[in-house]
Formats: sequence, structure tokens, C-alpha cells
Amino acid sequence: MADRYVELKSVSKSYGGVPALTAVDFRCEPGRVHAILGENGAGKSTLMKLLAGVIQPDAGTISIGGQTVRFSSPREAAEQGTVCMFQELSLMPHLSVGDNIVLAAPRTRMGMIERSVYREAREALDLVGAKSIPLGARVSGLSLSERQLVEIAKAVFRKPKLLILDEATSALTSELVETVFGVLRMLKEQGVAILFISHRMHEVDAIADRISVFRNGRHIETFDVGARTTDEIVGLMIGRSLEELFPPRRAPVPDTAPVVLNVSNVSWASQLVDVSLAARAGEIVGLGGLDAQGQQQIMHAVFGVLRGVTGRITLNGKRLNGLKPPRVKQSDIGLALVPEDRKTEGLIPSMSVAQNMRLAVLGRAPFGLLDLDGSSEARLQELIERLALTYGSLDDPIATLSGGNQQKVVLAKWLVLSPKCLLLMDPTRGIDLPTKAQIYRLLTDLAAEGMAVILQSTDYEELIHLCDRVYVFYRGSVAKELTGDHLTADALIAASMNVHLHAGAQA
Amino acid sequence: MMTWLRQNARETIAALALVILFAGYIAIHPRGFSTYVVTIWSNQGTLLGLAAIAQFFVVLVKGIDLSVGSIIALTNVMGSFLLNGSPTSIALGMAVVLTVGVACGLVNGIAVVYGGVQPIVTTLATGGIFGGIALLLRPTPGGSIDETMSDALTYAVAGIPVSAVILVIVLVILLMLLRRTAVGLGLYAIGSSEQSAYMTGLRVNRLKLVAYGSSGFVAALAGTYVSMVTLTGDPNIAPSYTLNSIAAVVLGGVALSGGVGSPLGAVIGALILKTISSLMFFSGLPPLAQPFFEGLILATAIALGALGVFQVRSRLELYR
Repeated sequence: MADRYVELKSVSKSYGGVPALTAVDFRCEPGRVHAILGENGAGKSTLMKLLAGVIQPDAGTISIGGQTVRFSSPREAAEQGTVCMFQELSLMPHLSVGDNIVLAAPRTRMGMIERSVYREAREALDLVGAKSIPLGARVSGLSLSERQLVEIAKAVFRKPKLLILDEATSALTSELVETVFGVLRMLKEQGVAILFISHRMHEVDAIADRISVFRNGRHIETFDVGARTTDEIVGLMIGRSLEELFPPRRAPVPDTAPVVLNVSNVSWASQLVDVSLAARAGEIVGLGGLDAQGQQQIMHAVFGVLRGVTGRITLNGKRLNGLKPPRVKQSDIGLALVPEDRKTEGLIPSMSVAQNMRLAVLGRAPFGLLDLDGSSEARLQELIERLALTYGSLDDPIATLSGGNQQKVVLAKWLVLSPKCLLLMDPTRGIDLPTKAQIYRLLTDLAAEGMAVILQSTDYEELIHLCDRVYVFYRGSVAKELTGDHLTADALIAASMNVHLHAGAQA
Repeated sequence: MMTWLRQNARETIAALALVILFAGYIAIHPRGFSTYVVTIWSNQGTLLGLAAIAQFFVVLVKGIDLSVGSIIALTNVMGSFLLNGSPTSIALGMAVVLTVGVACGLVNGIAVVYGGVQPIVTTLATGGIFGGIALLLRPTPGGSIDETMSDALTYAVAGIPVSAVILVIVLVILLMLLRRTAVGLGLYAIGSSEQSAYMTGLRVNRLKLVAYGSSGFVAALAGTYVSMVTLTGDPNIAPSYTLNSIAAVVLGGVALSGGVGSPLGAVIGALILKTISSLMFFSGLPPLAQPFFEGLILATAIALGALGVFQVRSRLELYR
């Protein structure tokens, strides 16, 4: 099979009536690294899952080397040489590193696994730069970056013909990324087709031969690396000018506005190191940086989820240290948190829309009796209108709503408490653009009403266009605080990777 | 060695507890350390040990088996019909009994895997069915079992109880299969993270059936050994074996959340339980107070195993 290209012809896939991919034609060739770019929710992961056999297309065909294939499980895909490394890691936490790698492609003699396979696993680990990870170590004891290396070693170990990397290097240092890229180039020489998904433009520039841009489930354009400027690529990804998406910039909040949230010298485990930050009434404060640099943990620390937090956290002068979520949501403190994962932390999937909306307010009712005077009921109704929530009936299960509307319900559930400070963890992840625009407008309005909004986001545009100030996290501490004219994409990216930028230099 | 001990801390702690309890038992037993005392202890321990291994297989893949005791009772009762006569008919009877055990396990497995019914509900129902069949076959304890075979399997040779030898052989074989074969590792993998295992390309459904089938097989071994020790078929033994097997795996460091533990741990847990109740018997405590103290010792042991909760630093972890 000399020309073992992978081809998708008018492939469509939708989840519960919501289209994730629409009539996609796509092709990638052996011996090339093909980067897939697109916003969250553009359909990148759906594409990967289709190729890896996790899901099956509703319409259209997938072919490899001209032969139509239909994988009903990742196992079948792997037997045909398609190996996928997903963002949500596919390691078994209680098993050793060696067992994790070997299980992916065990070779047995008389039923017993050959010991030589473990030697090959060791070689795969050494190859990707994980010399220091012992084969016998349990995966649950490894750091995120070590796990990513094991995951990459596992993929290499399986000798793929089509290798899919979905944000595979997000937790790796630049040195390790270079080692991994070395391995990818070697595989490329051997004729492996590589699909590479990353949010880091410079990584795409460094490794990819071709780029395909996806938007709203459609394949927009494919071109060679270097054929378009970064600005053009961003334009293709967003599909409209940024001005339409974001509300007009607000006047800066005066220094005289009272400080609502004050975090000083907070540390926790090894994941937060001496973090200090503040948010004034009326401000939208952004938390940026690469994935898992401490942004999530500081939110959890403020909301009282973590144990053993040192330092000082105050809200309107009240000390929050040691208080837990049921306490900090009370009206005298007034803190609310929209969590990262809607499905597991934000909503109870089996409950109805109305029940989900009332969950947060329950604790406020006297003696646990449901709201007697109906005041919160009226407020909920008002919020539903304000958020322009689209729903069939309030008694329908929450799972019947689209992702964007589900997120609106999470917002409503907290806003009904009239919080003084709103913590948001990546609230627009995987949400369609019109809903995004609505949420942006809502956040600006809330700030204008005097709420302090803390917005943690993986979307640079969001941080730049929405926030008054952005704290960029790197390895558990605030690497940089960006305001006003200094709040640019280049500065954000540079600060995220903790490199210093000279004035006018390009990232 | 040290890293092995640390990685298997729960088994190690359980083994230490067992040694201490066993020493206490021997110390207060009127006959002290003798082949007779140890053989009785070992026979009883083997019965519960096998039941605990059967439970272990299901717990390993994130299930719980409320029918273990019923499968033991059913196979015990069948043994009381089939395990006598000529050597050939005993061998055939043995094969039938073990097949019935595997079949019972597979029934559970199929309902869980393909029916999508939760393990606790499935086995609650099937436990009733298996136990019911045993009761229909033999409404009151009775039957006959080949005594020569029973003697050979329940006495001691050169001071070593045969039951202990059987248990060690079963353990060695199972540990080899679990740690050195793709299927064995696969069981740990799906218990640890079913999604990851699926993404890695493991046959999750098939592996689960293997776990339930193995559980049924070992339960049938336990049922057969009950026949050997008691020389009768008794349909009423089910509840005690079910509950004690769950307590045993927990004591032996097998995580009810799946993916962690070993048959060795399960057996140690079983021996601890057996030793505690034997201790009670000779302790001089009034019989009515014994269940209370048994429960107290059990609760302490489980609390020690749960100390890890205090090391959790993000409260979210507690709810995962």
C-alpha cells in the first residue's frame, strides 16, 4: 500500500440533533504532518473520534488507501493502524507504566505476555524522552506531563500508520516538545500519516506540512504551511470579525472602585505558589495561561474546594480561608462558581431544566423548605428571559438542551443568588458563536452592575476583548499581569510560555 | 522490596494484622499450637478464602456480587448428589458442579454487560434464583459425599493442612494469570478505567464476562470444598458467605471502586475474618455479645484502610 491516504467524503455527524460535523471532505497523506485548526466546538474532536472508531458517521464514507472502512471500536481502528492519542488521556491509573504500554499491543507466548515486550516498551519511552520514568511506576503517581509522555510512548509502541495527536503536547515543556517532534519527524520519514491538533500556533508552524481549518463543523480550507499569515488563519477560524462577537470595550474601571476579591500569597500543595490577585467591583478579570498551570486551582481555592490552602483570601473584607462551598455561596459572602465541566460538575444530567436551576438556591430557603414567597421563582423567570434561554419545557431533562443552553442554565442557577463575585471556568468551551456572543454581553452587563467577574479561559480572544486585566499563570504562579494596551495576543502567548518579549517582537 | 511493600501497603498491613490475630488465637486456644487446631482453622479459612476470591473477581471490574453465597450453596448441594460412587462418576460430578458455577457467573455477567443492569441489582435477583434452586433440590441439609476423598482433602499431611496447600496452589495460579497474561492485566485495566481500556482497544465486554465466569468457577470450588468439609449439602449457607466475602475483600485491600487489589489480599481478609470469629469463640465473652465485638474489630480494620481519605487535598476528589 504505497499510497495509504485517508479520505473522508461528505461525512456528517450530529449528537441529539445538534450537528457536530456537516458534509466534511478531507484528505491526509502518508509521510506528512497535517495540522487541524479550529475553535473549541469546531468539530476537531468529532473528526478524530470518527477516524479512531470511537463514533461512527451518520452519513458519508471514510476510506483508507481507497478502501471504504467502518470501524465500530477503537480496537478495529488500531488493527488497521490508526492510533489516536486523545486529550483526555487513555491510561489506566492503577496499572504500572509498563503494563499500560504493553496492554495496547500485547504479544503472548502460551498465553503469557513475553518479557521482551517490556523491553520494547522501555525503548519507546526512551525514544520520546521519558528516560526517567520507570516501567514499574504506577500511572496514578505521575504528573500530567509524565502521563502525556507515557501516552505518546504508548502510541509510538503500537507502530501506527495513521497517528492522531489531540493536544498531545499541552503539558510538556518546550525541550520535551522538541524531543517529541523529533520522534514525529522520524515517523513521518517512515511514511506515517500524522494528524496534529494544537492550539499553539508556533508548534503548528514548527511541525506541520499542511493546515486544515475547521469551523462550526465544516471544513473551511486546507493550505500549505506558510501560505497564509497567522491573522488570516485566525480570521478563517472565527469566520467573522472579532468586533461582531464581542461587545464594545468598556471604559476602564476607576482605581477608586472597591476591591471585592483579594487573594494574597496563596499557596496549595505544589500546584499554587504564592499567588496574589485582586478584582474590583465592575471589573472583568481574566486568568490565562497554558492548560493546568494553576488557574483552575486558584478558582477552587477561593471557592473552598481545596484543603490546606495557605495565604489569605478575602471577599469584601471577609476572610474566606477554611470556608466551604455551602458557606461561601450564602448572601453575606456572595460567591458563585461556574465549573469547568458542565456535565459532571455544573449540572445533574438526569434532572429537569427547572430542577437544575433551583439547585443552588435550595440552601437559602429557611428550614430547607422550598421558596415560600416565590421571590426566587420570579427572579428565575427574569433570568430565563435575560439569558434568552431556548427550551421546550422547563420539565424536560437538561440533557435535551444544546450545550450553549445548558451553560445558560448553569449561569442562571448561580445568578439567581445575586452573587457579588462570579467565578467562571472556561464558560464558553464548546459553545456555538451566537451563544458565546450572548454570554459575553451578559458578563459585560453584570460587570456594569457592579459584580466582580473572574474569567478563566483557554481562549485568548476572550481574554483580550472582554477583560480589563489578565493574570497569566505559569507553573502555579502568576507569571504576568497584563492591562490596557499591553493586553495583546503576542504578549499573552509569550507570558503563557514564560518568555520575555521585546517591544515590537513577534511571538 | 521496600517499593513493593509500599505499593501493596494495604495487603502488607492486612497480613500483619492477620499474624497478630492468629498469634492471639493460638495463645488463648485451650489446645495451643497443634496440627489439629491449625487444620481446623485452615479448612474454615479456605472456605471463606475461596468465596473471597470469587467476590474479588467481580469487585475487580467495579461490580459487587450478592450471589456468591448462593452459587456456593447451589454447587454444594449439587455436590451432595454427585460427588460419590466410582472415581469416574466423582470426576464427572466434579466437572458438572464446576460447569454449573461458571454458568451461574456467566448469567450474572451477561445481564450486567449486555442487559446493562447494575451488578448489585443483577446479583440480588440471580442470588435469589440460584439459592432457590438449591432449596428446591434439597429442602433440608443432607446427601452423601465420598468420605475417602473428603478425608484426603481436609486432613493434614506431615503437619501441613491439605486445605492450605490447595489454597496456595489456587493463589499461585491466579496470581500468575492475573499479572502475566493479557487477559489478567486486561481485568485490572477495565477496573481501573473502563473508558481508557476501551480507547486502548481492549475487548471490555468480553473481559467482563471472563471476570464473572471466573468468579463463578471459584465459587464452585468453594461450594465443592464445603461439601468436603461438612459432608452434606446445605442450601442455607448462602447469606453468610455472601456478606463475609464482601467484608473479606474490603479488609484485604481490594478497592470496591475497581482495579485495585489481588486474590492474595482477598484471602488474607478472609483469614482475618475467620480468625476474629474463632477468637470470639474461645474468648469467654458471652455468645450474645460476640457479634458486637466482631463488628467493632471489623469497623476498626476498615477505618484504618480508609485513612487515605485524609490525605486528599482537593475535596472534589472525595466525590469522584
